Amino acid sequence: MTAPRPSTALANAVRSGARSALEVLEEHLSAIEAGDGEVHAFNLVTADEARAQASAVDRTVAAGDDPGLLAGVPVALKDNLCTRGVPTTCSSRILEGWSPPYDATVVTRLRNAGAVMVGKTNMDEFAMGSSTETSAFGPTRNPHDTSRVPGGSSGGSAAAVAAGFAPLALGSDTGGSIRQPAALCGVVGMKPTYGTVSRFGLVAFASSLDQIGPFAATVGDAALLFDVIGGHDPADSTSLNRPTPRVLSVLDDGVAGLTVGVLTEFLVGADPDVVARTRQAADACANAGARVEEISVPEVAYGLSAYYLIAPGEASSNLARYDGVRYGLRVDAEDTAAMNTATRSQGFGAEVKRRIMLGTYVLSAGYMDAYYNQALRVRTKIIEGFAVAYQRCDVLLGPTAPTTAFPLGAKTGDPLTMYLSDVCTIPTNLAGHPAISVPFGTGDDGLPIGIQVLGPALSEGTILKVAAVVEAAAPDLAPPVLAGRS
Amino acid sequence: MVIGLEVHCELKTATKLFCGCPNMFGEEPNTNVCPVCLGLPGSLPVINQKAVELAMAIGTALSCEIRPSTFHRKNYFYPDQAKDYQISQYDEPINVNGHLDLPDGSRVGIERAHMEEDTGKTSHSGSSGRIHGADYSLVDYNRSGVPLVEIVSAPDMRSSAQARSYATELRAVLIASGASDGKMEEGSMRVDANVSVRHSADDPFGTRCEIKNLNSVRSLGRAIDYEADRQITLLEAGERVTQQTRHWDEDRGCTVTLRSKEDAYDYRYFLEPDLVPLVPDAEWIRAVADTMGPLPAERRARLVALFDDLGGASDAQIDQVATVVDLGLDSLVTAAVAAGVGSRLALARTANEAATDVDAARRLDVDSYVALLTMESAGTLTATQAKAVLGELLTTGGGDPAVIAAAKGFEAMSEDSLAAMVAEVIAAHPDDWNQYRAGDDKVQKKKEGFLTGQVMRTAQGQADGEAVKAELRRLRG
Repeated sequence: MTAPRPSTALANAVRSGARSALEVLEEHLSAIEAGDGEVHAFNLVTADEARAQASAVDRTVAAGDDPGLLAGVPVALKDNLCTRGVPTTCSSRILEGWSPPYDATVVTRLRNAGAVMVGKTNMDEFAMGSSTETSAFGPTRNPHDTSRVPGGSSGGSAAAVAAGFAPLALGSDTGGSIRQPAALCGVVGMKPTYGTVSRFGLVAFASSLDQIGPFAATVGDAALLFDVIGGHDPADSTSLNRPTPRVLSVLDDGVAGLTVGVLTEFLVGADPDVVARTRQAADACANAGARVEEISVPEVAYGLSAYYLIAPGEASSNLARYDGVRYGLRVDAEDTAAMNTATRSQGFGAEVKRRIMLGTYVLSAGYMDAYYNQALRVRTKIIEGFAVAYQRCDVLLGPTAPTTAFPLGAKTGDPLTMYLSDVCTIPTNLAGHPAISVPFGTGDDGLPIGIQVLGPALSEGTILKVAAVVEAAAPDLAPPVLAGRS
Repeated sequence: MVIGLEVHCELKTATKLFCGCPNMFGEEPNTNVCPVCLGLPGSLPVINQKAVELAMAIGTALSCEIRPSTFHRKNYFYPDQAKDYQISQYDEPINVNGHLDLPDGSRVGIERAHMEEDTGKTSHSGSSGRIHGADYSLVDYNRSGVPLVEIVSAPDMRSSAQARSYATELRAVLIASGASDGKMEEGSMRVDANVSVRHSADDPFGTRCEIKNLNSVRSLGRAIDYEADRQITLLEAGERVTQQTRHWDEDRGCTVTLRSKEDAYDYRYFLEPDLVPLVPDAEWIRAVADTMGPLPAERRARLVALFDDLGGASDAQIDQVATVVDLGLDSLVTAAVAAGVGSRLALARTANEAATDVDAARRLDVDSYVALLTMESAGTLTATQAKAVLGELLTTGGGDPAVIAAAKGFEAMSEDSLAAMVAEVIAAHPDDWNQYRAGDDKVQKKKEGFLTGQVMRTAQGQADGEAVKAELRRLRG
């Protein structure tokens, strides 16, 4: 009982000539037109470019050629992915007016696969946040309840897929920025193994943690998108020069014989309805033939602390280049140093400034060993802890986020509470491992809950197999109803 | 005084360290740039393998241990620093623990020779040309990302002369290893000097100052002497030397404060997450070493050895050898000697005449050169004629020297006419002749020179000086 794969079906319809890419695009542009005023998933809708791409796909089909795996499928891009000639803002004032002169590697791969890119999605400024509320352009709203956040930082991409604005989207995940919004918006989101998807053209937040990954309505479509964007890229030195797991072919292999560990640390602090759904998902795995056991990886409890030293440290360096000299915002002042200060003071929002200051501090002489280096040692411990767990288990299972979507503004006044939204997702980034969030019913408030499947490096095939089983057993989730379409 | 030098050397690669932009000097500003070397958002560095090989070549030439290495980020804000951090090797450099032997026999330790990227270039518009008082500044990123190796010596030098010798020898080694063109005037080799003074060699090192903006070996020597004097004057006046970075002012001939230790940046070094460790295997290191030609010290020894049978090279000849090796004209000398030309003649013609136009000499057809010296050696051409033919060869790049000589109307003087001419000169200068026959060694030498000169003048350059001397000695008996 394979779940439907709407994007796959769409691409096949376009490839066979049964549907035109342009017509598919217009449907989605209409949906955006009708609903995005309410959701604000997009910073920019590139309708003209998209129509040109869709027409090109249709011409390819008419000529008897194959446009590729994603022929005519609309894809939304997080606004930290560079797109040639199209503004790329990271939802920050500081990049105002800047259009990259080049495409990110993933964008090139999407083009080559016949995808149609419909626009750039809203995000927390420079991907720093868990609710898309730190965007300089205003928050994105959760399509399931527009008084609530979509999660973040890739909230725009998650909301775009949930609202049906695009069947597929790309996000980036540094500490949970794909999986947490996927969970809160009721869609599938995967963070691949570090090094399997090229970071070339992804505006860096924390380089050793950042990884681009897919959003989709279903596990199968996420696998399709991953197959298109993954693979070695010589332009990224951290790109793995080895065959990336081709995941589509193993999706339906089932979980018989696999051992699934329910990660107890992720249940601590999670809401009771979230814990209940997690146990229900574990039971689904057991019913499908997996061995299920509880397992503890005590080291992951230190993940959040380590992350908030390592990620800001790298960010403080990565974001130094926004100095007003070469591109983006410049606020004039009497000399260069004053211009740098004025530009950065006005161009960055509060959360970005907080993390730059934090990061600058933890790398400073005299503090580096106590903070940054200590965090690196914790990171090693977490990797070791996971390694022990993966000797017993093939995959780990837990909630993606401790709660369902929270109301807008609920956590903006308290950064630490906001940071806790990522407590279940951060350890995976620190380890460089893959993990996927699958929608699994709703909580007591009727809002989506996501179940996370984690695996060791390059285990995408395995976690997707397990995710497919969880997906098949998931209670139905009513599609969001937006006022503009009701 | 105690001196340590830090030398930045631009590597002679076709492309930059982390991107495919051309590594070229003197192009239109901001033409050799791309997203990577401009530090555009989303760009990532990819190491240039050729740059790694040249860094290893430097390590090999300086007898360093070549090790697995990593890159760090050195964080500081500056407009010509495209990313506002520099990618540099920090605590795990590619080359460590080497040395450089100087021509005077002294050995200077090399602590490390690590890789890093160059910055862009800022020019300040305004009367001063410096940042203070500038109306505006322009940045050229053509140099941004050009590969550098920074060679850090141990504090092993004790005089400005030794520091100059180190810089000169290091430059020769960098050129010989193929790593750099060593052009100090174009900034492809930049030297900073750390200078301190102390009472005696038993005392601990004094507080040092770092001197920047040394654009020639001569400036290096002058700046070190000035700085040492400045520190001695301070200490003798009962004051203290404070740790500073100082700027050499070439026009005023002095060093001035640039910044003191208190103003030093906190660079917040951390491991560059966009690059992976560099782990050259033994085979690669060996392959790099195998492609390297002999180093200057070895090449000098090889040329000096040509004089072993002649009672050793004189000081003047040792200087000529240094010139020839420095200019890379060794093969002209060795080829001529191998063809039977005397070492003295081969070296002198190369160091004195061929070296006057180095670029032409490097392009010169070796066979033509050897043929010319063979003619001169055999007396077929006089020294004056040979020099004239060489001038022609340097212009044309090669050719048959006999044809050129014939075209110029140069003909070897027959033995008979030479003897007649000598006799004529003796008859015209009887006093000198008598003194030549009767005098002591010194007088003999002087008079031989005089009489030879007279013959040469009479022959208007057509006579061979050595042949004239031989005839004079024969007649003297």
